[in-house]
Amino acid sequence: MKANGANVGIVIVSHSPLIARGTADMVRQMVGDSVPLSWCGGNAEGGLGTSASDILAAIAAAWSEAGVAVFVDLGGAETNSEMAIEMLEPARARRVAICNAPVVEGAVIAAAEASGGATLSKVVATAEELSP
Amino acid sequence: MEAGQSFLPGLIEACSAAIAHNADHLCLLDQEIGDGDHGTNMRRGCEAVFEERHMLAGLPLPQALERIGMTLVMSVGGASGPLYGTLLVELGRGLAGEEPGVQKGFSSALSRAVDAVARRGRSGAGEKTLLDVLYPVQSEVRMQSTLDNIAIEAQAAAERTVAMKAERGRASFLGDRSIGHMDPGACSCALLTGAICRYLGETEGA
Repeated sequence: MKANGANVGIVIVSHSPLIARGTADMVRQMVGDSVPLSWCGGNAEGGLGTSASDILAAIAAAWSEAGVAVFVDLGGAETNSEMAIEMLEPARARRVAICNAPVVEGAVIAAAEASGGATLSKVVATAEELSP
Repeated sequence: MEAGQSFLPGLIEACSAAIAHNADHLCLLDQEIGDGDHGTNMRRGCEAVFEERHMLAGLPLPQALERIGMTLVMSVGGASGPLYGTLLVELGRGLAGEEPGVQKGFSSALSRAVDAVARRGRSGAGEKTLLDVLYPVQSEVRMQSTLDNIAIEAQAAAERTVAMKAERGRASFLGDRSIGHMDPGACSCALLTGAICRYLGETEGA
């Protein structure tokens, strides 16, 4: 564990709010409450979509001084996440990473790693081992 | 590029109207090769900018463009929000250091902004995206073409995306089946270019 006890936070971004929320449920049930966790998905009309403002809010909700790992599904989720990270103050932006990993498996494995107090780079590397 | 307090609100109104009139068509195009919400997303973004038009008119043009870009990022959603947002933000930043009203200044700012869109989307020419309209428009601007010719080329460029195979975005999942449909982003980009050129022509003549 790090001195301040803060674990890396996890953010899940899917075009579908059902997938984002369901993935968050899996993380909570499999890993527990020791990891800051947030999710977002869907557009303002209740359809599929992602938005930079929702992602910003999710990063804020899962904020940890140890950093935040973001999991995304398709194209726009990643583009909007990049945009959201650039909108953070630089000191925070440096501590947010988008993981190149499958959303469900990546989020669960990353959260398990984070719950043991691993650094952001270790959490990201563990999740990205899942990608071919 | 200058003019009074009514210039920018008028331009915003012209762009919003072009999108509002064609929102259903943009959604139909997007249903063919995407998720069908491009018209809805763009209309939402234009409405958000429209709401701010009088506040924006009080800002210097570069700052106003940057602000419009951020509003689009926060309101459009989808992949087009960050792409159009990046275009406007970078255009504003590019113009911030330039002498107002100089054509060369606008051309280089536009070029820089289009390159930023390509980086944001990790895309390039010929991949059936809005870049396939932005690059030709940028080249017309660099050659100091007339407003009419810029608008005509934008429309022609959008038509050329019909024959292209999508390499980026959700349409790329369709592979060859994306051929035969106009890219919705290219379509909205041509519509906006046309609206801007018409408005500039009208205010120039006024």
